[in-house]
Amino acid sequence: MFHSTFDAFETFLFVPNKVTVKGSHIRDYIDMKRTMVIMIFALMPAMLFGMWNVGYEYTLSIGQSWTFWQNFWFGFLKVLPIIIVSYVVGLSIEFAFAQSRGHEVNEGFLVTGLLIPLIMPVDVPLWMVAVATAFAVVIGKEVFGGTGMNVFNPALLARAFIFFAYPAHISGDKVWVAGLSGGQGIIDGFSGATPLAKAAAYQIDKIPSVHDMFMGFIPGSIGETSTLAILIGAVILIITGIGSWKIMVSVFGGGMAAGLLFNIFAVNPYMQIPFWEHMVMGGFAFGAVFMATDPVSSSQTEKGKWIYGFLIGFMAILVRVFNPAYPEGMMLSILLMNAFAPLIDYYVVQANIRRRLKRAKQVANV
Amino acid sequence: MSKVIKIRRGLDIPLRGKAENILVKNEMAETYAVKPTDFPGLTPKLNVQVGDRVLAGSPLFHDKYRPDVLFASPVSGEVVEVRRGERRVILEVVVKADTSIEYAQFETASPNDLSREQVIQKLLSSGNWPSIKQRPFGIVANPTDVPKAIFISCFDTSPLAPYLDFAAQGEEEAFQAGIDALRKLTSGKIHLGLSSDYPAAKAFAQAQGVEHHFFKGPHPAGNVGIQIHHIDPINKGEVVWTVNPLEVIIIGRLFLNGIYDATKVVALAGSEVINPRYFRLISGARIDSIVKDKVNRDVDVRYISGNVLTGQKVEYIGFLGFYDSMVSVIPEGNHYEFMGWLSPGASKYSASRTFLSKLIPGKKYRLDTNLNGGKRSYVMTGQYEKVMPMDIYPVYLIKAILAEDIDKMEQLGIYEVIEEDMALCEYVCTSKTEVQDILRRGINLMIKELS
Repeated sequence: MFHSTFDAFETFLFVPNKVTVKGSHIRDYIDMKRTMVIMIFALMPAMLFGMWNVGYEYTLSIGQSWTFWQNFWFGFLKVLPIIIVSYVVGLSIEFAFAQSRGHEVNEGFLVTGLLIPLIMPVDVPLWMVAVATAFAVVIGKEVFGGTGMNVFNPALLARAFIFFAYPAHISGDKVWVAGLSGGQGIIDGFSGATPLAKAAAYQIDKIPSVHDMFMGFIPGSIGETSTLAILIGAVILIITGIGSWKIMVSVFGGGMAAGLLFNIFAVNPYMQIPFWEHMVMGGFAFGAVFMATDPVSSSQTEKGKWIYGFLIGFMAILVRVFNPAYPEGMMLSILLMNAFAPLIDYYVVQANIRRRLKRAKQVANV
Repeated sequence: MSKVIKIRRGLDIPLRGKAENILVKNEMAETYAVKPTDFPGLTPKLNVQVGDRVLAGSPLFHDKYRPDVLFASPVSGEVVEVRRGERRVILEVVVKADTSIEYAQFETASPNDLSREQVIQKLLSSGNWPSIKQRPFGIVANPTDVPKAIFISCFDTSPLAPYLDFAAQGEEEAFQAGIDALRKLTSGKIHLGLSSDYPAAKAFAQAQGVEHHFFKGPHPAGNVGIQIHHIDPINKGEVVWTVNPLEVIIIGRLFLNGIYDATKVVALAGSEVINPRYFRLISGARIDSIVKDKVNRDVDVRYISGNVLTGQKVEYIGFLGFYDSMVSVIPEGNHYEFMGWLSPGASKYSASRTFLSKLIPGKKYRLDTNLNGGKRSYVMTGQYEKVMPMDIYPVYLIKAILAEDIDKMEQLGIYEVIEEDMALCEYVCTSKTEVQDILRRGINLMIKELS
């Protein structure tokens, strides 16, 4: 009766005794669980740093100075409930769908369930996380047939859902630091605004130093602030081959190309921001490393990956600089390219088909 | 040496238990069988009944739709069993062998003196014809076709593969006779694929009337399909034929000696074989004649006729496949492993870089038949391309087959591949997709559609 559920727990504990019946008698040790676990390992630095930074930003806002562990513990208690809500809601839906369809539970949500908290502002209400997660899993994934069939990156869909459904709650200067939106004490001179918000307001002089942005001592979504922690994750993904280095490189390439172009034709202070600073601001690095590389919603062909990544990077900076309504372009740019990825692949595959036809014609003409 | 074709994508799976170049004497097997299941798409019609006496070279069954194509007994003796499976499909026709083999006599003749029709007739009537396969589809060639070329791959790169140069030692004359016969069959050339890593055996290197091509790189560089793709790819409407070099030798013997002598040198390999060696066997032999007392008794093992990627599972008293030149013995993986997906994996070989074993180059592994995970939809991308050295998009082809989209299958290159060419895709697949099975279903659909 609850076979899928039982199976999910059994295979979690034990690699089962199933042997090959058809085809190749030996199979690689890699499976979906291994793949997803590597993804989670890669997310750990960003997550741990994010927890610490939640505490750190809070101390700045109340004008105190805590020890490292105090900061971390404060952030841990803030972030953990979001992670739990995301996993509980998402996995319940996954299990229910797997059960009703009678297939094994796919491990995809183990990663999505961690990505969702990492791209949320720390002050997001938990019920919103629950609603957004449910939306992402049902509309973003299950209606298409589950992990592997989805068109859009589910985690980003959750973020987009919150952004468009509850804009008042989720943007502005207050949600990025714990307690701020609840009206807890702000000391004079402290602003909870993210660097991107400051840049969009042309307060270029107020943008934190590149060092701080690279290390991640800035307000922002929980996991996105530290470019360093994200790069550690990127190294893990590239070494293990789980994340596509082609996409990562081309996203950064596209972003820098756009930034450079704006530097050359700069007509406002935002366009003058040196192009490399864009790489460490906002969610650019996080999106490039963990979101754009999602193998299901990205381009499937190797050539397509270059195009797909480049356009994401380029468009993210474009939206950032020219769209005053929303300071961060990464989410929209990735979702847009998710929609276009099949089209890119179509042309790459079509080129292969044409090569084959041409070859046949050449032979026929000889 | 002419230009070397470098194959960059692919994978050599470092299995333990490759056969040493030593030929061991062995007794004749008790029984021999021809298995209609070795020939994809075949509908067999029996020529014999249980109790009939046959000679080596007399037909056991034929192709229902091409009655000229005969499948001959490799030995003389008595038909003792016709094993049937579901819906009475014939699985094996078993012959109990005489102690000394009596051969059906076909006249000796130099192929050069015969016409094309005479050569074909001789191959058909002696049961040699099925050793010629056609591409597209990897099925027994149609005697009425004229192939644009014939391809012979003289090295095998699959895991633990036999060293064909060793198996062809001393067969120079028969190999050349076989080549001469095949030359009559095609309007084009005969292409011989050789490895550039070592000098080829005399039989291959000094063969006359062929074009030599040299390949370098990991498996599947030795697959004839990959070689065709790089030498002269198959287009829609074209037909080429392929023959295994050991079968060229058997064809040669027909013309030299006038008999169907299906003896070949076969490797017994795998981590569970105590001393992996070579044996001289007659095609279709019951494998206990070589594996007896030579296999690790402490674990459950799987006997495979052929290599571990494409071979068929057989029983201890099962039979060597028609096209196979090796028997692999590996441990069964019917055991549980606690949290196996989380282990660092220093002893787990993987084509991916997600296990510690990647840090130990040169190590050989004892791999078992565990599926190592559950079936999933496609999630990872770019995996298949890394082990498929052809200008083909494998995942798109597989998806076209699953969708039964004939046009797309054709456009994406289904004419150029058979199971063995995509076996590595199946091995590396994170989602444990049954690539070879799906591909054969697609090929069967194409055959049905085109007929």
